[in-house]
Amino acid sequence: MITAARSEADKEAGHRRLNRRRVTSLLLVAPLLIFTIVVFLLPIVTILTNAVASPEVSTGLPRTSLALAGWHPADRNLPGGEVFDALAQDLSEKSPERTRAVAAAARRLNYEVGGFRSLLVSTERAVKKSADDAGNWRERLIGMDGRWGDIETWQAIRRAAPAHTPFYILSALDMRQAADGSIGMVPENQRTYVAVLMRTLKVAAVTTLICLALGYPFAALMVKSGRNFAFMLLGAVMLPFWTSLLAKTSSWIVILQEQGPLNKLLIWSGIVSSPLQLIFNATGLYIVMAHMMLPFMVLPLYSTMKGIPSHYMKASSSLGANPARGFFHVYLPMSLPGVGAGALLTFIVSAGYYITPSLVGSPREQMLGYFVAFYAYTSVNWGLASALGLMLLVCVLALYLLAGRTVGVRQIAGLR
Amino acid sequence: MAAEALIEFDKITKSYGRHAVIRGLDLTVCRGEFLTLLGASGSGKTTTLMMLAGFEEPTSGAIRMNGAPIEHLPPHRRGIGVVFQNYALFPHMTVAQNLAYPLRMRGMKRAGVEEEVRRAISMVRLDGMEDRKPAMLSGGQQQRVALARALIFKPELVLMDEPLGALDKNLREHMQFEIRELHRQLGVTVVYVTHDQSEALTMSDRVAVFHAGDIAQIAPPGDIYEKPSDAYVAGFVGENNLLSGSIEASPGNLTAVRLSSGTVVSVACPWSGSGPVTLAVRPEKMGLNQDAEGLANRISARVTELAYLGDQLRMLVDLGGGQIAMVKIAAFDKNRPQVGDTVDIGWNPEDGHLFASD
Repeated sequence: MITAARSEADKEAGHRRLNRRRVTSLLLVAPLLIFTIVVFLLPIVTILTNAVASPEVSTGLPRTSLALAGWHPADRNLPGGEVFDALAQDLSEKSPERTRAVAAAARRLNYEVGGFRSLLVSTERAVKKSADDAGNWRERLIGMDGRWGDIETWQAIRRAAPAHTPFYILSALDMRQAADGSIGMVPENQRTYVAVLMRTLKVAAVTTLICLALGYPFAALMVKSGRNFAFMLLGAVMLPFWTSLLAKTSSWIVILQEQGPLNKLLIWSGIVSSPLQLIFNATGLYIVMAHMMLPFMVLPLYSTMKGIPSHYMKASSSLGANPARGFFHVYLPMSLPGVGAGALLTFIVSAGYYITPSLVGSPREQMLGYFVAFYAYTSVNWGLASALGLMLLVCVLALYLLAGRTVGVRQIAGLR
Repeated sequence: MAAEALIEFDKITKSYGRHAVIRGLDLTVCRGEFLTLLGASGSGKTTTLMMLAGFEEPTSGAIRMNGAPIEHLPPHRRGIGVVFQNYALFPHMTVAQNLAYPLRMRGMKRAGVEEEVRRAISMVRLDGMEDRKPAMLSGGQQQRVALARALIFKPELVLMDEPLGALDKNLREHMQFEIRELHRQLGVTVVYVTHDQSEALTMSDRVAVFHAGDIAQIAPPGDIYEKPSDAYVAGFVGENNLLSGSIEASPGNLTAVRLSSGTVVSVACPWSGSGPVTLAVRPEKMGLNQDAEGLANRISARVTELAYLGDQLRMLVDLGGGQIAMVKIAAFDKNRPQVGDTVDIGWNPEDGHLFASD
């Protein structure tokens, strides 16, 4: 009896100790957990929701949105008088927050149909002037602006009324929903973002290839050379890495410009007769991007190559392979995890770059990041900014999964 | 031994900066023999092997293979097989691909390669393992693949750099036998590097004992053990009692030596010098008590330590004046002495070897 009670008490104490340990470990990871959630997960969730959220019309024109739900545009008839009355009521409210909400709805509707903003603003002004009069808004609104008599106008409101919309994501893919609800490409001369995405991926890919071509022999030299020289080489890679991005970019502009030292040297040495255009075009972009990205390529390569023992190449040559064949059959395959990790890292970081391309590239070299920034800060179209960001995120994730399948995520992460 | 020279080292020196690792080495490797380079770490045996393989270039001197100088030839043009200490099997290739590598590098046709690989795999009894990666093999299996890979292109000479160092004792003994067997079957010349003297003695036709960048003695294992050329070889190969003393008299073939304990013993070894000497007597040659009766050299000694080794007993005795000797006796000896006992130690004059002390 006593022993049973004792063991019960022991078990109880054991549980309490275990619980206390759990709480302690939870407390220890809590700061990191909270930090990750706040600065990483939350923004991503916000981007995802922003890309599909469309609250402006349903909050700006609540009665109209509700009334339009009962209208069937397929009948090719204008909505009933009650919808016009609802719109007039929505527009007649005079409190400042209602006015702001209507303005937001107007901006949102302008994405759907060009000129909608001015239509709604002028209508709002007119309605407020004659707000006391009741009824028969159908004729009066059409009288104010003939566009209220078009079915397309009402279809645009109806499309934008739900709280979620595929509009931004479709726009980011150069697609749109036609008036009848079918999805198709926008006219050729209006397509932008797919081309920008392709350009972004191309710039990232070319930058990655340049970095690989420069970084592979560099990393191999670092592994081969003695301690002091290797340290110097490492410094040569890391020093720019530690320098401010803007300082590096502006130094490149100085070096590469038409009257810059590089052009002067080329002319002085007689290689070229007139200065080359080395900056504010694709050449300049690739030169500067490759310089920025080199550390992301060299460091994973170096750490992988450092781990390849020298006896493999000795074995290869003792078995009759000359150094070149030994390299292709033995060294290169063994260094592939480093190539994979470096290339993936370089590609992902380059794809998201936007300051450097916007400073050293021409308008034709602007990457997706530039448009994300433009829509987020300049035109305050968070929906499109988010959708474009989402597109980049999806591309990078797809690439990561692909690389994980082929090279192995564990190898890329250096876990092997 | 049909002494046809395959490899000749001619006054080879090798230094790193000012530090000389090999000092004027002369060495001949005969065709078909199993030669072991034995020495402590830093004695120069591995450097010698690496120069032969072509991974190191001698600072001066010539290396000839079949009479032609090879010291400036890169490794891949020497046609010498090498088995590395850690095998150096290519981790991204299967067993079959590893074995095919030297053949492919020699431009052999696919069908021929497959045939040779099959044969090599059955030679080292790894049938069924063709498609495994080296990481999926045990240490012994990896060792066999490394051996087969170094032999598959039928080199005249195979170098082995402590190939059994990473294996446990039983497997090591088994692999020693297998390597010996392969050597016998294929008739290939083997230069084998080890620091393990029992391995050297069991496997080799000849053993070269390295000391401070040169060969101290090169001879068949029996001679190395029975007739060491100097005190270093006597002490390095097998266990030995090295007793210091001085020459008392050297009339003819029997030399009288006064040990530092004061006792005078006789050694069947003519001696002409008069400086201090070292007398080497193997522990197993020393008799105890009744076994010492009738032996020419007899010393009374005190037992200071006993170590039980299962089949035998290792006993340290004080010969007087702080001179310690080791004696091995059978562990089942009923009259085995205790620590502190006084015992009689004896040996034959023929079992002693004299060397000048430096």
